[in-house]
Amino acid sequence: MLAEQLQENELAAALAAIYPAAITGGAMAHGELTLHIEPDDILAVLEFFKQQQQFERLSTVTAVDRYPLEPRFEIVYHLQSVARNLRVRLKASVTAEIASATAVYAAANWYEREVFDLFGVVFSGHPNPKRIMMPDDWEGHPLRRDFPTHGFKYSYGEQQ
Amino acid sequence: MSETITEPLLHQEPEAGATRRMTLNMGPQHPSTHGVLRVVLELDGEFIEKARPEIGYLHTGIEKQCEALNWQQVITLTDRVDYLANLSNNLCYSLAVEKLLGLEVPPKAQFLRVLLAELTRINSHLVWLGTHALDLGAMTMFFLTFREREDLLRIFEMFSGQRLMTSYIRPGGLALDPPRGWQKPVRAFLDDFPSKIDEYESLLNANPIWLQRTQGIGILPVEEMLEIGITGPLIRAAGIPLDARKMTPYSSYEKFDFKVPTETGNDVFARYTVRMAEMRESLKIVRQALEGMPEGPTRAEAHRVVLPEREKMKTQMEALIYHFKIVTEGIAVPEGEVFQVVESPRGELGYYVVSDGSGKPLRVHMRTPSFGNLQGLPNLVEKRQISDSIAIMGSLDFVLGDCDR
Repeated sequence: MLAEQLQENELAAALAAIYPAAITGGAMAHGELTLHIEPDDILAVLEFFKQQQQFERLSTVTAVDRYPLEPRFEIVYHLQSVARNLRVRLKASVTAEIASATAVYAAANWYEREVFDLFGVVFSGHPNPKRIMMPDDWEGHPLRRDFPTHGFKYSYGEQQ
Repeated sequence: MSETITEPLLHQEPEAGATRRMTLNMGPQHPSTHGVLRVVLELDGEFIEKARPEIGYLHTGIEKQCEALNWQQVITLTDRVDYLANLSNNLCYSLAVEKLLGLEVPPKAQFLRVLLAELTRINSHLVWLGTHALDLGAMTMFFLTFREREDLLRIFEMFSGQRLMTSYIRPGGLALDPPRGWQKPVRAFLDDFPSKIDEYESLLNANPIWLQRTQGIGILPVEEMLEIGITGPLIRAAGIPLDARKMTPYSSYEKFDFKVPTETGNDVFARYTVRMAEMRESLKIVRQALEGMPEGPTRAEAHRVVLPEREKMKTQMEALIYHFKIVTEGIAVPEGEVFQVVESPRGELGYYVVSDGSGKPLRVHMRTPSFGNLQGLPNLVEKRQISDSIAIMGSLDFVLGDCDR
């Protein structure tokens, strides 16, 4: 069910009419629409926004690590409609894996590689699932909350 | 799509009768990559069959460091993201934090922010023009544009005490009041600069080499550009007036009268024309900001966020306490998330800031224009000559620090 706040929103209502089970929550805060999407439905929802709601652009894909909560990763998609001058934020909470959005938006390619590199979330079906920022032989995923800021090599926290 | 190559492009024996392809490493120390970008090219003679940009050489983990610093300390890191447009980055982060705090900045600070953001745009475009023309053989441009850039850097130094890493725009307003008489150098620049743009154009617009190397080069269908995530002057040179200053005005841009220059050529030359027109529009905005500058403070009345004035700290106990609290504990930002977009000289710059209500950001993600634009490089250069790729890379105007963060 849609929250009351979202029922008045045209986009959220249109999405709920087609995929009633896809929206698990959402909010309208600071003038920005956020929709929480069931991870299994993310491709269908992105397709809906692109084909039916004129969201031509995928602005960015990123992740937020909610460690130690489970599921710990929120994958965040920012879409923009140039024709209608609208923006929407989609979020899907996953533990380790989600479908790649490259089939819908080609721009997702590097952003998903970045999320894979820095958070270790796997994007299934990605055409080139390799590290992008860190060296290829790097171990670990630096933007995880349990990765120390100075790395493991220079961690002074615990004396061995 | 070149990204389907998963194996490294190594020397491969051609099939019988097929032409032999050569793999060439362009960069990471190639001068036209303006930083450390490596592009692996697969060549068929002079033509690029496949191009694969390799980034990450300047990855410094800025997003990770943001999580370890206080909200107000992050501002120094935003300078270092895009070192040619640091005030745009300062502005974007400050706007995002102010949105979370629900803080309204005084009109004078807003106007000064606009003024500085537009001077930053001119500054960045000057560097772009100089280096882009240098890559294509017009060496004089570099000396001319850096001459004018020096004036701008002096203006930034006058405002903030720093030429490059300004950290001048802070959550809640500006770091300092502008010094007395700041209008004079800005006005001198405004009066002087239009003739300088004419000078640049007189050197390039009738230059047959420049025209041959830019016209009709680097064309990509506009749908593909939107699809791959290209923004900024590139998309405007393809006829789409995608500009955050007009679409979602911030920092009182709605009070200014300016046009968003667009072209339909969609080639390297059109991108050059758009950027030249943008410099003229920026001058208009700066002049309006200078002449319509409101009176009043440059910092918001928010004692839990904005550091008190030095004089008050010496006379008032509360001011000293607030100063101590802000410096030791940092400011507390309410729980929430915002995605703030500003129009940086290179395109759409977005800061996605998440707060869990503590003294440090939970996540700061920077959607930087160079990263988005560079992703389109293979689409732009494939099936073209190597020499064209230099012109195309110049027209992308990427900053690798901005790309790798």
